[in-house]
Amino acid sequence: MLTLTTPLRDVKSLRAGDEVGINGVIYTARDAAHQRLVKLIAEGKPLPFPVEGSIIYYVGPTPAKPGEPIGSAGPTTSVRMDGLTIPLLEQGLKGMIGKGGRSPHVIEAMKEHGAVYFAAVGGAAALIAQSIKEVEVIAYPELGAEAVHRMVVENFPVIVAIDSEGNNLYEQGVATYRDPSLKEAK
Amino acid sequence: MRVIKYDDIVARTKALCLDANRHLPADVFGALKRAQEQEVSPLGKNVLDTILENAEIARTKSMALCQDTGMVVVFAEVGQDARIEGGLLTDAIDEGVRQAYDEGYLRKSVVGDPLERVNTGDNTPAVVHVSLVAGDQLRLTVAPKGFGSENMSALRMLKPAEGVQGVKDFIVETVTKAGGNPCPPIIIGVGIGGTFEKAALMAKRSVLREIGSKHPKPHLAQLEEELLELVNKTGVGPQGFGGTQTALAVFVDTYPTHIAGLPVAVNINCHVARHVEAIL
Repeated sequence: MLTLTTPLRDVKSLRAGDEVGINGVIYTARDAAHQRLVKLIAEGKPLPFPVEGSIIYYVGPTPAKPGEPIGSAGPTTSVRMDGLTIPLLEQGLKGMIGKGGRSPHVIEAMKEHGAVYFAAVGGAAALIAQSIKEVEVIAYPELGAEAVHRMVVENFPVIVAIDSEGNNLYEQGVATYRDPSLKEAK
Repeated sequence: MRVIKYDDIVARTKALCLDANRHLPADVFGALKRAQEQEVSPLGKNVLDTILENAEIARTKSMALCQDTGMVVVFAEVGQDARIEGGLLTDAIDEGVRQAYDEGYLRKSVVGDPLERVNTGDNTPAVVHVSLVAGDQLRLTVAPKGFGSENMSALRMLKPAEGVQGVKDFIVETVTKAGGNPCPPIIIGVGIGGTFEKAALMAKRSVLREIGSKHPKPHLAQLEEELLELVNKTGVGPQGFGGTQTALAVFVDTYPTHIAGLPVAVNINCHVARHVEAIL
């Protein structure tokens, strides 16, 4: 397994299908937080965290039990963020963590800006939480689980799903294992 | 007439919500183990190992299996010789949900108005399906539903002439389009016939069946087998990374329908297929 430390600089060597452990700091944002971040960018206002070289994790965790940094914290479906991703890539966002495929326009922008999309295993939320060591809400606490969290992670387990050249594990994997006897997908 | 107390329904619903969110049903765990053994893709095998390990961690640490602890769906079968005393059944269920999601550190994922989208703060209301049955007992089935998979579900009103082939094509298309979004390996519930809403409800309910159980009608048991084989040929695989283990089971339910219609509903459940039941 490869390891990466944030902030990310060059992600060109990562290839779709690589299993990676991430160390350092990642930030969380889901639908509601994305809408606010994109609005700030449009208004030319400062963002609540340094986006250059950062990784955003699409997650809405369960509440932490006393003494724990966080509850269960697996990825949510990334495609919901696709309409709100490009402004962040333009600000220097280098990595995104979620689950499921991305739209062609996001993949094109990832190629243009040299960014990578990681998948975490959806539904493995208790396991993933074990690699999250510190958590702090840094923006929009009123959004609850959807607030922006700063997370310190150790060996956070992800798979490169779409690399900075646009190689797409979701397409490659399905093409490899799809039975040729099956009609083409509509 | 047998009396079932409001407070007992609250307590039982709470216990069922906590249990469902922390413990993977034994049949699902077993099916995931078999899928891990049978998966051809090395990455798919690793993913299934991770999923199995997650279930162990959730169980031993009393954590939610998935951070999406769902909107709570409850099937309440009320014996018509029983009387519920102390308040409304749906209020009792909502109170049980409220207590479980607060005290159990579960995520509150429900917004009160679908357009205004303000979180209700306690994961209520539940979606409650009540049916009257014979006897004097109350059977509660609690099935928290995550929306990664719910969003990938679909319903189509087929033409009768499209027949069983149309049904198969629609299911394969739905699973293929869904890709990795619903967290495969999935469990697929299919409702065929009835009306628009009847088909959806049958699909939702059929995912509760035990994995490995056969449909009592031979032609539907055979259809379930064929559908499982077909969807596992799509190549979607664990998490959509490619593989042979796209679904753990396909369950079909049917109902008589109109001469002019062939409604088909496909409800997709993720691998965290949570459902528990109790009888009061």
